[in-house]
Amino acid sequence: MTVSITSYLMVALILFCVGLYGALTKRNAVVVLISIELMLNAVNINLVAFSKYGLYPAVAGQIFTLFTMTVAAAEVAVGLAILIALYRNKETVNVDEIDQMKR
Amino acid sequence: MDTFLHYAWLIPLFPLLAFIVIVSFGRQLKEGAAIVGIGLTAVSFGIAVLAFWQRFRDGGVDYNYVVDWLHVGDIVINMGFEVTPLNAMMLVIVTLVSLLVQIYSKGYMHGDERFPVFYQYLALFTFSMLGLVISPNLLQVYIFWELVGVCSFLLVGYYYFKPEAKAAAKKAFIVTRIGDLGLFIGICLLFWWTGSFEYGPIFESVALGRLEPWMITVAAILIFIGAMGKSGQFPLHTWLPDAMEGPTPVSALIHAATMVAAGVYLVAATYPLFIASDTALTVVAYVGGITAIFAASIGLTQRDIKRVLAYSTVSQLGYMMMALGVAGAAGYVAGSFHLMTHAFFKALLFLGAGSVIHAVHTQDVFEMGGLWKKMPVTALTFLIGCLAIAGIFPFAGFWSKEAILGAVYGAHRYDLLVIALVAAFFTAFYMFRLFFLTFTGKARGKHEAHESPGVMTGPLLILALLAVVAGFVNTPYAPLLTDWILSTGTGTAIVNVFGEGTEHAASWLQIVALLISVLGVILAYLMYGKKSVSPNSIPEAMPWLYRLSYRKYYVDELYQNVIVRPLGWLGIILNGFDKYVVDGLVGLTAKITQGIGALHARVQSGQIQSYGAMVLFGLLLLILAISLTVEGGGLFGFGR
Repeated sequence: MTVSITSYLMVALILFCVGLYGALTKRNAVVVLISIELMLNAVNINLVAFSKYGLYPAVAGQIFTLFTMTVAAAEVAVGLAILIALYRNKETVNVDEIDQMKR
Repeated sequence: MDTFLHYAWLIPLFPLLAFIVIVSFGRQLKEGAAIVGIGLTAVSFGIAVLAFWQRFRDGGVDYNYVVDWLHVGDIVINMGFEVTPLNAMMLVIVTLVSLLVQIYSKGYMHGDERFPVFYQYLALFTFSMLGLVISPNLLQVYIFWELVGVCSFLLVGYYYFKPEAKAAAKKAFIVTRIGDLGLFIGICLLFWWTGSFEYGPIFESVALGRLEPWMITVAAILIFIGAMGKSGQFPLHTWLPDAMEGPTPVSALIHAATMVAAGVYLVAATYPLFIASDTALTVVAYVGGITAIFAASIGLTQRDIKRVLAYSTVSQLGYMMMALGVAGAAGYVAGSFHLMTHAFFKALLFLGAGSVIHAVHTQDVFEMGGLWKKMPVTALTFLIGCLAIAGIFPFAGFWSKEAILGAVYGAHRYDLLVIALVAAFFTAFYMFRLFFLTFTGKARGKHEAHESPGVMTGPLLILALLAVVAGFVNTPYAPLLTDWILSTGTGTAIVNVFGEGTEHAASWLQIVALLISVLGVILAYLMYGKKSVSPNSIPEAMPWLYRLSYRKYYVDELYQNVIVRPLGWLGIILNGFDKYVVDGLVGLTAKITQGIGALHARVQSGQIQSYGAMVLFGLLLLILAISLTVEGGGLFGFGR
């Protein structure tokens, strides 16, 4: 049996929505970062699925996924570094309390 | 020497220079400001006399000099000056009276805190009036006309810390403004109809019949309304007596030479317009006549020395207007002649009154008395002034009043003649009532009166001399002034229309007029000098009549209730409308904008997650909108 593209896209959609929910609601900055990773991975699943079952299947989709993962790793590293710096200065990683952009 | 008139434009400039100098250095000059003012006005006076003499000797044509001032489309508006017999005479009167008033003020205003300011205003006032007199076109006249109004406002309100003075200044300004509006409309209409502000072209259009008769009547009456405001003619006379709140020398200047003379002068200067319209002349004559008798009857009962004089001014101005209104060369000359003699004796009377007030510190004649011995010079000069204004032979007023009566009689206006004779009787009576109450009998007030200093009595003596001799320039036996005024320009135009007609009053009229005046004097003597007739007999017999006169016919009250109050209410209503409706709308707009701003400011919380949520929400909305509206069901084919 073959798994249809709809199933892949469904999994990706659920994953993206979970990630989005986490990113918008969690108070801990680390959890927010993890949620963003989830969203990125949902996108990766889409890319891989289309590279196999899309209208014009090509290996470019899989290669693009590798790039995304690399960039995401770099992004998480930078994000955590900022978070640590922030924690040192403000003694908190609570997103609610980080509101310097106000006004 | 033949072009000396070319320098006549310098006459107004010296007072202007004095004004500028005193404004610039007033603080340093202190009472030296008087020297500046007097000196420069004296120069003006000198030039005016020379110009007058030149004008007198030359005869012939009027001197007129203009330069282009403004180009508006095809129309050129000129600026310049002219010297006619009438304004040459006015120049001398204005500079002379102003000079004497300034000399007098040096004594009268001595020790006043704002001494330089006073001289500053006087200089500006003199400049404005001279500019008005010398102007050859109505636009220029109007500019100076308004300047005169402003100066009178400043001077009447000189003691601005007194509420009455403040009110009087405002009243003077506003009431004359009503007249000014008429003048302004008149000038605009004339410009519209004739395309010129210049006297010459306007008179030419009138003479050639280019204007419809009704146009001339309308324009003349509008100009006369302006003159009514400035010259205090009924019903715009109310500001003049109130203007007594200013310092006394100012009253002398306003009443004799500058402000009020402007109205009479304007009518005389635009006389060719008036003679082209019988209606306008009749209006002028009757307004003048009514004013003359009306003001004289108020003057009978006033207690304030300056107010009596003020009403006598109003009455005398009425006389002049009446003379101008009864058509013809005789009336024109008589009006101008009376303007001149009145300037001298009224300045004399006011300065004399100022001298008295200076000595006794009250203006109520019932608190004076017995000053003859204490202030001999003032008393004597005041007596001369009274004799002159009452029209006793051979003082100046006799000749000019007799000329007016002759003109009225010659025009067969017998109703006006009766009015004039009654007014003459009243005038003689109240002037001598004033004289006897002030200078004879026992001192009634608690005051240590003494004669005023020389700077004050000097001008009095000069004016007294003029009040005696000024009449002789135009006696029935040697009508110098008549011949001269009628020799050029406007004068010739009048003669062309009406013929010479300068015969003086029949001798019986002279005698009647003199008898009536003497009767007035005798009655005043019996009542207030000898006291053999009780002054209270008339008020007791007819209290309502006395009250009517004493309360000035309730004209002020009438204006207060009919015009000022309703306007005040209207003002309050409009103020409320402005405050609550207009400002309310403006405030509401501001409040709404502010509220919206505040609402949105709260959205900007700095919470990154709420921003994210909003972005998501916005994206969803966008997708929904596109899918519902774009042809073919949009991105996801929802509408299919």
